[in-house]
Amino acid sequence: MAVLGRGRRLRRDWLLLACAAPGLVWLLVFHYAPLLGNVIAFKDYQPYVGIAEAPWVGLDNFRIIVNGDPAFLNALTNTLVISLLQLLFVFPVPIALALLLNSLVSERMKRTVQSILYLPHFLSWVIIVAIFQHMLGNTGLLNGFLTDHDLGSVNIIGNPELFKELVVAQVIWKDTGWGTILFLAAMSRIDPALYEASAVDGASRLRQLWHVTLPGIRSVVALLLILRLGDVLSVGFEQILLQQNAVGPVASEVLDTYVFNNAVGAGSWGASAAAGLVKGVVGVALVLGANKVAHLFGERGVYQR
Amino acid sequence: MTTALPATRAAKGLILTVCCLVVVFPFLAVISTSLADERQVAEAGGYVLWPQRPSFYAYEAIFEGGVVTRALLVSVGVTVVGATLSLLCTTLLAYGLSRPGSLASRPILMVVLFSVLFSPGIIPMYLTVKQLGLLDSYWALILSALVNGFNVIVMRAFFLELPQELLDAAKIDGASELTILFRIVLPLSKAVVAVIGLFYAVAYWNNFFSALLYITDNSKYPLSLILRTYVVDNATIGTGDATQVPPQQSLQMATLVVSILPILLVYPFLQKHFAKGIMIGAVKG
Repeated sequence: MAVLGRGRRLRRDWLLLACAAPGLVWLLVFHYAPLLGNVIAFKDYQPYVGIAEAPWVGLDNFRIIVNGDPAFLNALTNTLVISLLQLLFVFPVPIALALLLNSLVSERMKRTVQSILYLPHFLSWVIIVAIFQHMLGNTGLLNGFLTDHDLGSVNIIGNPELFKELVVAQVIWKDTGWGTILFLAAMSRIDPALYEASAVDGASRLRQLWHVTLPGIRSVVALLLILRLGDVLSVGFEQILLQQNAVGPVASEVLDTYVFNNAVGAGSWGASAAAGLVKGVVGVALVLGANKVAHLFGERGVYQR
Repeated sequence: MTTALPATRAAKGLILTVCCLVVVFPFLAVISTSLADERQVAEAGGYVLWPQRPSFYAYEAIFEGGVVTRALLVSVGVTVVGATLSLLCTTLLAYGLSRPGSLASRPILMVVLFSVLFSPGIIPMYLTVKQLGLLDSYWALILSALVNGFNVIVMRAFFLELPQELLDAAKIDGASELTILFRIVLPLSKAVVAVIGLFYAVAYWNNFFSALLYITDNSKYPLSLILRTYVVDNATIGTGDATQVPPQQSLQMATLVVSILPILLVYPFLQKHFAKGIMIGAVKG
């Protein structure tokens, strides 16, 4: 293609630019401008004064993080505990389910099961929480059944001691089916000749699973694990916010809800923005770090070296 | 592959059946409670497996013009207007970026890609919406989520796959870029446009947090906030007719069913195309 001058390219491409303009302007106003708004982490921001007029306070807002505000530390602990529980219990379930689905011979049965299990992914957290309350709440189905049969009752929803387990169970219910998609796609790309060859060599189905299927999905597992690590500090914001009233902040406050409640509720905007900013930076650092580790183990990771 | 033992096959079938039941059963219980008449709910509380005398009483009550009716209208309005505008902006932006080598397409693409990687965070977003004077406006619900960079990338990838000779031929015949978009590109991309439109619609319908953040006037609540107030936090639902109130639990479940139903209606279509969309994004992203 001949290299055209800027003026001639503008005359040729102005309609394309005009097409891109609305979306581009939106991104600048509602994405990049707020991104710059993070400067209030370094300011003493008060509503009604405005971001530009607020006085600079240097790193003052970050002091709460360094000095260990008990509410912040509580939120951090809860976040890490829930994240760890999710890593241990939520992450492996879709892999197991995908292995099970992949081993089905009947294509129709596989598809039916998939269409049922994908469904909860499309529902919002408000709906999921409402459904869980109806099933497990104090006036819900389970307790109705138990009282009807004189078996007493169980306090699940609104019990601070079971809150973290409840959160994990809800995530499993909502996203396990959906989580199988990428694993199933990886499994479908495994060369069938590998299975045939191993069968000729006398491998049982269990050995095929261990020596063919699992190595075949290893890089996808590594990739998703890295992305999960980047999200270690953000656990179910909406999900937890919705259920905080019932169990109180000690059991349920996580970093995201802390940032939100502390700013919109308590009015410490600068400090909340600082906490949010630190969270974001740590998240990016964790992804980069995990990616490095993946490279050391010979995996491709999210991006190449 | 060797064939599995009957015992293994039975075990697999059992596990998968249990999984499916765990997903389906709560929906059936919710629908049953919403259809149960007042006597049954009063007797059994939430423990309704099957409506003995099915009635639409709860539905009639929430559609009589109370808070639920209004919230439903808000949600439908935001979803329809929002999804239309989102789809328009996304399609145009993706099309504007679909000619490699056109003026400024490289930097604009970078702007889109980076928007996927970094989100601005809750508080700066709130302050932006506030500064634009959009608090307590329905536009806040639409404008805070108008363009999703990921969708732009998926759609652009699709446009790039179209046979370029077709576009060149149209150009030689003197068609403008807009004619090419509406006469050639869009008719060939119906599936991807429909899927991304639905993707936006589901997001607007499900939207809870922006509403919580930007809408404080409870006469402007969308359905998601009504669900939180009256079902999750268990406040009493006001209906148009205060004299004859069906039991709280059937009203709550009827509201829940009304929020789930639109998703169920579009679900078969979503499910068919969604996985494919994710794969395009993963490969081309």
